[in-house]
Amino acid sequence: MRIPFPFTAIVGQAEMKQALLLAAVEPRLGGVMVFGDRGTGKSTAVRALAGLLPPMKVVPGCRYGCAPDDRAPCIEGCRDKAGKQTAEAPVPFVDLPLGATEDRVVGALDLERALATGEKRFEPGLLAKANRGFLYIDEINLLEDHLVDLLLDVAVSGTNVVEREGLSIRHPARFILVGSGNPEEGELRPQLLDRFGLSVDVRTPTDMGDRIEIVKRCDRFDRDPAGFVAEFADAEQATLDRIAKARKALPKVQVADEMLGLGAQLCSAVGADGLRGELTLLRAARAQAALSGKKDVKPHHIAEVATMALRHRLRRNVLDDTGSTSRIARAIAELIPA
Amino acid sequence: MSDAAAAEPDDSDARWALALTAIDVLEQAGNRIGGILVRARPGPVRDAWADALALVMPVRRVPASADAEALDGGLDLTATLAGGKPVQRAGILKDAAGQVLLVPMADLINPALAARLAGAIDEGGPPLVLFDEGDPADAERPRLPQALVDRLGVHINLNDVRLPMSALIAGEAPPPPLAMLAEPGALAEDAETALSVAAVQLGIASVRAPVLALRVARAHAAADERDALCAADMAAAAALVLGPRATRVPPPPEEAPPEQQEQPEPEPPEEPPPPPPPSDDTPGEDEQDQPEPPPIDPTELVLDAAQTALPPGLLDALAAGTISKAPKGQGSSGARQKSITSGRPAGVRPGMPARGARLALIETIKAAAPWQKIRPKREDGRLAIRTDDLRIRRFIARTESTTIFAVDASGSAAFARLAEAKGAVELLLAEAYVKRAEVALIAFRGSEAALVLPPTRSLPRAKKELAAMAGGGGTPIAAGLDMAMRVAMAERGRGRTPLVVVLTDGRANVGGGEGVTPQEAALQAARAFGATGLASVFIDCSPRPRPLGGELAQAMGARLVTLPRVDAQAVVNAVKAVMT
Repeated sequence: MRIPFPFTAIVGQAEMKQALLLAAVEPRLGGVMVFGDRGTGKSTAVRALAGLLPPMKVVPGCRYGCAPDDRAPCIEGCRDKAGKQTAEAPVPFVDLPLGATEDRVVGALDLERALATGEKRFEPGLLAKANRGFLYIDEINLLEDHLVDLLLDVAVSGTNVVEREGLSIRHPARFILVGSGNPEEGELRPQLLDRFGLSVDVRTPTDMGDRIEIVKRCDRFDRDPAGFVAEFADAEQATLDRIAKARKALPKVQVADEMLGLGAQLCSAVGADGLRGELTLLRAARAQAALSGKKDVKPHHIAEVATMALRHRLRRNVLDDTGSTSRIARAIAELIPA
Repeated sequence: MSDAAAAEPDDSDARWALALTAIDVLEQAGNRIGGILVRARPGPVRDAWADALALVMPVRRVPASADAEALDGGLDLTATLAGGKPVQRAGILKDAAGQVLLVPMADLINPALAARLAGAIDEGGPPLVLFDEGDPADAERPRLPQALVDRLGVHINLNDVRLPMSALIAGEAPPPPLAMLAEPGALAEDAETALSVAAVQLGIASVRAPVLALRVARAHAAADERDALCAADMAAAAALVLGPRATRVPPPPEEAPPEQQEQPEPEPPEEPPPPPPPSDDTPGEDEQDQPEPPPIDPTELVLDAAQTALPPGLLDALAAGTISKAPKGQGSSGARQKSITSGRPAGVRPGMPARGARLALIETIKAAAPWQKIRPKREDGRLAIRTDDLRIRRFIARTESTTIFAVDASGSAAFARLAEAKGAVELLLAEAYVKRAEVALIAFRGSEAALVLPPTRSLPRAKKELAAMAGGGGTPIAAGLDMAMRVAMAERGRGRTPLVVVLTDGRANVGGGEGVTPQEAALQAARAFGATGLASVFIDCSPRPRPLGGELAQAMGARLVTLPRVDAQAVVNAVKAVMT
């Protein structure tokens, strides 16, 4: 395994980094969808974040990465087997390739065991591997429909239910879904889009200074990965501390009634469909407040996350080209005085 | 050295030298540059290049049709059944450490494999060499998935390379002419800046390109056993990485004429500008009589070098204004009706579990059970399963449709008709979310038909290209029908279900030839179309229905709809009536 590129060494792309941090602080946000061209550092950023997070405690030997202090039953009864032992494992980062078969994703009957020992055993798929970590799908807009349906189901319920080949199994599959894609190569179905908590647009950096800096950093990283990573160790540690602190503080962050009202007003002003948008907006604002070390949500927290929480939920008129981003910006300017 | 090729002023030697440089670079950099994309039809030149590659690095061939299991390993079912204990098959990716994976016919690569290979590059797997054998002139050829192409650092083109026959007969590759690219020289500016600036000027949006270019430059220096980068390294990186990715020709620098290649700044006035534009310096000639060159402006050097390797057809495309089209979504797997790899489950059938098909274990055992009495008993008392018993699972993938509009964009009525056709395309696309349908648009006018919008399901892209479409001129119905048929057949080949919608008043006035009137030519084209059995709708939009349209529709086997006043919603309704 290669050393991942340090998260804090990524040049620019502030919105994407912010969205990923929010998702890391509040896993219930429902993942991040990144729209953008190739070569904008999408996958680098996601990988980097997974590499940045501290190792998680797991039950040793559990194929589903169960947490020792989680009371939810594991199908393998891993906690009974392991007793009080715990182990550490890096936060999983699973790359779901476009051509993946359903078997690979969901898991299937372990043919090897079945043939060799006659044992009926479930071979966990990528969903199990991604439990408690990140599931990254590049070019999610080109993913086959039936896989998309399946992912949606699991992403929402946090449980993978397998009913096939004489197996009847359910196992936890709670992961932060990160999708990326270029809308010019095929649209994403609105049903799927809506399930993502946040969405960001990344553009290829146009500032020449930034571009040169990117090339320089990549080159330094290539030539001396360890040295380069060491250079950013402090910044990485600071980010890590920020995430850890925010995660701890999150349950205590207060959302006043006025803030709930403001969220609702904003959603109806921009025409964001459904309750999910409102809920995501407030959860994101809460995570934002936690990240900045505040005890309660302020209007500016809502303003800071509104674009990424709502952008992809606006009813769209095919023949209307006004960008969602500017519609939201207008609503924010009206409702939240700077 | 170039006995036959010398007759023509081409840059064959330079390209060949560049291709060999690519091998040196790959040897040095390995996976860090991802690999090499070789645009080359099969032939002796490509074989010579592959031989040269095999001399420096062990090469392992991977068929473009390989499945995920072959790459990542898995259970060898046949051996497992025979031996009664699990036999694992090693995956190519693990197995090939230290080797180069070579994929011939990569243009036909299955998308699953491409995705896996792209992932393998990111994970630090073996470097790849892909042979793209598509005919560059064929606009409808299958394309390699962009995610993979983008990750392969070096792109070279062997299609125009000619090698001396003597070397080919002897079976050995001619060595590169020495000092083809540029002489060493100090750089006036840092390499990162030069490559980044040059990439932008060449219209390359992705930042991955300059990053890869810098790696290539460093590998080139390392191959030469130098630590510091010099002009030659930059030139190589530009020609191998940036040039082939260019989407536009950079503006010429203020003073130096653009034809100038590789010459460091000093004395342009003395020499007449060399007439063969993209040729490199001939070896040895210029180097001697040049004084100590001053520091070279690397950006200019990079731009110059990159221009020797512009993608074939770029200039023509720029002239025709047809660039900027993003490459087609991806060589989409095209849903077959019955698939063995993906889709919703649809029972089982006998067959070998390979190529992604998965064994249906229970069905296999059921198939084997009745024969147990008459088959020789196994010592371990287990079921005796033979190859014939094996059952694999089958899936049904929903067939996806492509609606191809062939719109008469001629003459006076065109304006309204075209606008409504555009509207219909947009409306259908807006619904395509749900049905996963794609839409294409052909416009015929003047003397020919043009594919204005290649099959797509992207609304932003469709809008962009529809907005640029114009109308006016004659009515070449025959050309329009021919093109519709070609596009539809290509879609059928991708496993999609095409539906052709023709929008015209049915009166052809362009086409045909000696003794064949345009109308007869149109009728012939319609019959040819009819013979393919493609589904179609003929929308007759002449103000008063005339028999002409009906004749054409009948010959095409199309459903005839008369819409004297075309409007987008009515067109969509007519199309939907046929689709369901």
